[in-house]
Amino acid sequence: MSGYLEIERLSKHFSAHGRAACEDISFAVGQREFVALIGPSGCGKSTLLHITAGLSLPTSGTVRLKGETVIAPRPEMMYVFQQYTKSIFPWKTVLDNVCLGIKYRSQAPRKQLEELGREQLEVVGLAPYAHYYPYQLSGGMQQRVAIARALARRPEILLMDEPFSALDAMMRVELQDLLLWLWQDFGLTILFVTHDLDEALYVAQRVVMLSASPGKVAEILDVPLPYPRNQVQTRREPVYLELRERLYNLMVKQVMAGRTEVA
Amino acid sequence: MKKNPILRWFETSRGSGVILILLLLCFWQYSALYIMDTPTWPPVTRILVAWYENIIDGTLIVNLLATLWRQMLGYWLAVVLGVSLGLAVGYYRFAYNLLEPLIEVFRPIPGPAYLPVLVLFVGIGNEMKVTLVLVASLFPILLNTYGGVRSIDPVQFDTARTLGLTTLQTLREVVLPAASPQILTGMRISLAISLILAILSEMIVSNDGLGYFTLLAERTFKVPDMYAGIFTLAMFGYALNRLFLLGEAKIIRWHQESSGRK
Repeated sequence: MSGYLEIERLSKHFSAHGRAACEDISFAVGQREFVALIGPSGCGKSTLLHITAGLSLPTSGTVRLKGETVIAPRPEMMYVFQQYTKSIFPWKTVLDNVCLGIKYRSQAPRKQLEELGREQLEVVGLAPYAHYYPYQLSGGMQQRVAIARALARRPEILLMDEPFSALDAMMRVELQDLLLWLWQDFGLTILFVTHDLDEALYVAQRVVMLSASPGKVAEILDVPLPYPRNQVQTRREPVYLELRERLYNLMVKQVMAGRTEVA
Repeated sequence: MKKNPILRWFETSRGSGVILILLLLCFWQYSALYIMDTPTWPPVTRILVAWYENIIDGTLIVNLLATLWRQMLGYWLAVVLGVSLGLAVGYYRFAYNLLEPLIEVFRPIPGPAYLPVLVLFVGIGNEMKVTLVLVASLFPILLNTYGGVRSIDPVQFDTARTLGLTTLQTLREVVLPAASPQILTGMRISLAISLILAILSEMIVSNDGLGYFTLLAERTFKVPDMYAGIFTLAMFGYALNRLFLLGEAKIIRWHQESSGRK
């Protein structure tokens, strides 16, 4: 399992308020694994993902991808931001957004690149919207554009920071299923940050729970539910319900612990 | 309850504004003919005749073109300089720390105050006028450009990095378009300033241009010509602003439509 994407004894302190965002975090993600990272708000899970992506540097500890330390964004890893309204550039059409990550990388003619871009849009079901501007699309569609843009770069790993938290419930389940399908179809490895227990259990093979601020690894749970998962059936399985209860109690414990610490 | 149709017309149409202008012109005409019969206040019709004559014999056209090229040259130089410098100051922390205090020192100096210095250094020719327009137009563009760049959301820079864009590509694909609404605001302020400075420099030392024409008309007691010059300036300024708005709407349609501005 290990040896692919490893996070080792990672800590991050912000000098501004002298407080640790996360402290001594270690876990590994295997190739083609789907891992969800959850924790109470403010536990540093987004910070952790940001560092994993090479977008910021840890105070101590390392992130290794295939044995190499990550100090800057790597082409194998693509990041999907929670704030899709900003991450999807509003001055570019859907197709231009999707092609942005590949247009400087290959020498291929513009036509060929656009073809590739269109294929990605097809995959996320946005083919008819290639020439729309982001503001003409709903939130769920905008986040699909972000996913298509990431896929266009043929990444091995998707790092997703609460990608569906700003969407309404129906959009959210639709995108969860789309993501699971993409994960299997493209053989992706996914590290998925969320604060939603149900979402974590539904999508992931393994759930890493962080404690309240400063975040430490509180628990790592396997989710032995078969794929393809089903929004109704899976959420009814005894294993699911049992894990949900356990995670819920753990989460409550973390939140309470976080409060007493502050007080 | 139904609204009074007259009230509704006032609320929905700009026709009332046009009618007000026409009424004021009528009042001008009337007052010049019957109330204040002095050479300093000629009736509108006399001004229109003078205007027509000056257009027909080419005087106004020549002077308008002289003003236009001075203003445009200085203005576009200011745009190029202001935007590139502004991008650097906004993007690079060190450039900001190095140059921002200096910009703050120069910024409050009113444009016309540069005139005597420029006369000393580059004389009274076109170089002085173009430079004066440039210097005065530079600051609004510069300030708005780096303000726009500095207010770009960090998520957009992070996105550019994960997409593997180099600094130059990031400037082109992300920074410039993201800051463009603010850059265009600066450019619009400077457009008005550039006309003011071009006219001013022509009034002080020149032998052509609308500023020269207007002031000369006053000094030679051709009062209708003077008003014709001012009318021309008003229409010229209005046309420039209109053109600018058209161009702006084309460039940042994404911004105006996504923020609900029509």
